[in-house]
Amino acid sequence: MPALQLTATTVAGGLSVSVEPASDPSRAERSFAALETQLNSLPLGSQIVLVGSDTLNIDSTTVAWLLRVVRVCNSKSLKWSTRDLPLSAQRLLELALSVPERKGARRIPRSDSFLETVGRGTLLLLHTIREWFAFTGELMVELFNLVRGRARVPVRDIWQTLDQCGPSALPIVTLISTLVGVILAFIGAQQLRQFGATIYVANLVGVGMLREMGAVMTAVIMAGRTGAAFAAQLGTMQVNEEIDALKTFGFSPMQYLVIPRVLALVVMMPLLCLYADGLGILGGAIVSALTLDISLAQYYYQTVSAVHLTDVWLGVSKSVVFGILIALAGCLAGMRCGRSASAVGTAVTTAVVSGIVSVVLCDAVFAIITEVLGV
Amino acid sequence: MTTGDAHIVVDDLTMKYGEVLIQRDLSFSIRKGDIFVIMGGSGCGKSTLLKHLIGLVTPSTGKILYDGRSFWECSAPEREALLRNMGILYQKGALWTSMTLAENVAMPLRQYTRSSEREIRALVEYKLALVGLAGFEDYYPSEISGGMQKRAGLARAMALDPQVLFFDEPSAGLDPISSKLLDNLIVELNRTLGSTVVVVTHELTSIFAIATNSVFLDAETKTMTAQGHPRELLEHCPDPGVVRFLTRGERDT
Repeated sequence: MPALQLTATTVAGGLSVSVEPASDPSRAERSFAALETQLNSLPLGSQIVLVGSDTLNIDSTTVAWLLRVVRVCNSKSLKWSTRDLPLSAQRLLELALSVPERKGARRIPRSDSFLETVGRGTLLLLHTIREWFAFTGELMVELFNLVRGRARVPVRDIWQTLDQCGPSALPIVTLISTLVGVILAFIGAQQLRQFGATIYVANLVGVGMLREMGAVMTAVIMAGRTGAAFAAQLGTMQVNEEIDALKTFGFSPMQYLVIPRVLALVVMMPLLCLYADGLGILGGAIVSALTLDISLAQYYYQTVSAVHLTDVWLGVSKSVVFGILIALAGCLAGMRCGRSASAVGTAVTTAVVSGIVSVVLCDAVFAIITEVLGV
Repeated sequence: MTTGDAHIVVDDLTMKYGEVLIQRDLSFSIRKGDIFVIMGGSGCGKSTLLKHLIGLVTPSTGKILYDGRSFWECSAPEREALLRNMGILYQKGALWTSMTLAENVAMPLRQYTRSSEREIRALVEYKLALVGLAGFEDYYPSEISGGMQKRAGLARAMALDPQVLFFDEPSAGLDPISSKLLDNLIVELNRTLGSTVVVVTHELTSIFAIATNSVFLDAETKTMTAQGHPRELLEHCPDPGVVRFLTRGERDT
């Protein structure tokens, strides 16, 4: 598909533009630029006649080039004629120009200034925060209605979601938390060996898992697994108009879709967290037994002496809050999902990112509170 | 505006999405027992109007009255009662995918009636038989074809014997025979149950086959440019846009 070589000749009342295949694209572009300059210098209403021989190969490239010339003529209010072009070229041009460009449809490329970008970002952030508060408020109202017996929650859905959040997540939680325990033990051993205090690996792993890593790692897994699943499920329901159908039958999507998911995650997260704590400590014990010559019994007694019930409660309490945050992030992203298939993908990404960010932020708040309270 | 025997009255309704105007100053009424078609080209706001009529979107200005009561000015229980009297068939059927067809149809019955489980099962079987899906009670939506999903959606829409049935693009994605069957079903339901039917469509065959009244929404002017029986509009409508639409662009005036 060769480009076109455009050669203009001055005739009475305007220009005659001869159209023929160009030997190379750069030459074609130069000929177009030269023609554009000539067209600019013509008075309004001049006549441009496009001339091409019948042997001219008419394909999409040819018509696209002719259209470029016609558009320039139109923008300069010049008259143009295609009668000396092959018939097929005339027809294809006519077809391309038959529906006029809609006014205001063309996007004008613009680049935002730094201040505009910052402003837009800030507004988006405020909007997101407002949405979180509004959604949490709606959830609170529905939970209050549930407590007063004025709301109906599908029990079967709660069981299904409990299964999805709990037993189905066990393999991945097992793998990750055991490995986290192993990694903590290795890092601790490396440092503590210098002081001949390798037995304190048990303290590090025990306290680390119970207070922090058990809850956080379970939360990260659940944000990626369950939070994403919530967003995808609700997002797909939004795309398929299933949520609209719920609303128009007078069912509250909050009661039917969100509450079962939040409750299921709130119930399952502490259980998974305790499970992860146990496996993490086991991972540490295995490393200690295999590489540090610490027997399992020694490791066990050292762990029991190092950790307190407060550590367990702290981790479990965190996991409950993390569960609420992950469920909220997933459900909010799903409920606010757009109506296209690509919107579901965006909703899932939003759910995972906002779930993990909110968990880490909340963990930081917990760290400050426990520090202040001396827990 | 005279309401007369009007079932639904749209009074000076303006629809916007954010700052984008969809349609303005819409005023028309739908009589009891009408098969009322909302027609217009793609993107003119037909489905948005339907969403306003079924209470999914709040009007920017104007009112929608059901038997003289404004949807958005009603108390919550009144609004719930209004919604119970509406059956909606969505463009994609919108069946709840985690439930079987029987559970889909039974859900509104369980919520709003005091029928026993046995009675609900009988009702479900009857509604599914009405739409030609007898025997498919325990199928999941993903196990049946698009046309069957739409019919199951219709069975669910009819679960509570609503006074008004809304259809959003009933022919979309259906082959001509399934589409014709659905049209016949709409007319039959209207005749036998006396339900008012509101249909959003741009399928000319359907429009001429079922409509007893219609409005035309224009995408360019963002207003309603015609109201009446489609055949009368075809003969007498002064608006060239409406005639072009009704003749697939083959006649300009």
